Amino acid sequence: MQWYWLPEYAPKFAEGLWLTLQLLGLSLFFGMCLAIPIGLVQVTGPRPLAWAARAFCTMIRGTPLLIQLWLVYYGLGSLFPSVPGIRESFLWPILREAFPYAIFVFTLSVAGYEGEVMRGAFRGVPKGELEAARAFGMHPFTVLRRIWLPRALQNVFPTLAGEMVLTLKSTPLAATITIFEVYGISTIVRQETYRIYEPLLFVAGIYICLTGVIVLLFRWAENRIPRVRAG
Amino acid sequence: MSAILASIQWDLLSLTPPGWGGNLLRGLAKTFQIALGAYVLGLTIGLAGALGKIYGGPVLRWGLEIYTTLIRAVPELVLILLLYYAGTDLLNQALEGLGYERVDISGLAAGIYVLGLVQGAYATEVLRGAILAVPAGQVEAAAAFGMSWVQRHSRIVIPAMIPFALPGLANLWLIVTKDTALLAVVGFSELALETRQAAGATKSYFMFYVIAAMLYLLLTLVSNVVFRWIEHRYRRGQPELN
Repeated sequence: MQWYWLPEYAPKFAEGLWLTLQLLGLSLFFGMCLAIPIGLVQVTGPRPLAWAARAFCTMIRGTPLLIQLWLVYYGLGSLFPSVPGIRESFLWPILREAFPYAIFVFTLSVAGYEGEVMRGAFRGVPKGELEAARAFGMHPFTVLRRIWLPRALQNVFPTLAGEMVLTLKSTPLAATITIFEVYGISTIVRQETYRIYEPLLFVAGIYICLTGVIVLLFRWAENRIPRVRAG
Repeated sequence: MSAILASIQWDLLSLTPPGWGGNLLRGLAKTFQIALGAYVLGLTIGLAGALGKIYGGPVLRWGLEIYTTLIRAVPELVLILLLYYAGTDLLNQALEGLGYERVDISGLAAGIYVLGLVQGAYATEVLRGAILAVPAGQVEAAAAFGMSWVQRHSRIVIPAMIPFALPGLANLWLIVTKDTALLAVVGFSELALETRQAAGATKSYFMFYVIAAMLYLLLTLVSNVVFRWIEHRYRRGQPELN
């Protein structure tokens, strides 16, 4: 084990870590924004919408994230230049970068997996509570905002912690489309110093720490949710 | 849309060269083989690990706890690289130590070993939960009949835990089929890598990745049907869930 390279590459690792956190944070935020309606329409939505949401979840969950990433980045990315006028449009600087593609794919992935979780969560809220809210004369959106969504999220809180760790663990795939987040930096170190194990073990350590932080954050947040436990 | 449709050249999918359809199907078969091998290896490790976690002494339990925690906290891509390099290194050092020549491990064997070790950690947790869910009375009854520890487990505990473990095990199978795609990054030729080569050679990136995604989806959907059938069989005589 030789760690002489570490001080030299430490700033790069810091940049990579920031990129990993950005990937994780942005895709979780946008993904959850999509997952809530996707879960909801499967429980109450009109048939075609529920069916479309279901098909979306099956497709996202049934194909490897790596293939989705390559499909969007290399596949769609190779089609864009042939669209007339797109190179002059304001979208072009965005479409040339890899980062927006990664955010897009990770967002859809989070939406697919969490949409399924939220479906169960919405279904798991006792009917009586929703009926009580309606009996108070709440508008359907108020019911959702005040009762249904908070109760649903509360029930699946531990599941969401696990799902967040899974999303964190899928961010290294972004390195395959030229985004040098923490794992990507370790591949650079490997190529430049010919050390195989040390950079890999180092990033493994970073991911273990990040996982620990996520688990602790969720445990802390979970304890702040007031709830009455049976027994 | 027309640009997308125009970019599809169906003759590229023919089963014989210059078409790439044959390569994709070979890749799919390889993916299935690796996934099946890794799944069986994972289940074996998982069963041993679960029994170790339940009945083992403090050292064994502690070791298994470290194994399952570390494997589940590190990204699969990093694990695959680490286990691949470490495994081939250790094997070759052992072979050299014994006076044999270095060998190149085949992609199939290495893929099965790497993914199997990862699966084992998840399977340990699934099976441990399932074994603990078997009602204690049934195990006590078996003991009262004078069955030995091995008989108790092979006749009562393991068959009785299967219905509890099946949903988790089905999930693990779906995860391992998708994780095989990660092996493309290490250079094993399975469906993802065959697809990348086909796409790179023909420049029809979009079409080939869509086809690959559909093949993976097909594998998932067929697996779902199979697992539903198995679960139906094993849940005979049990009250319906939900």
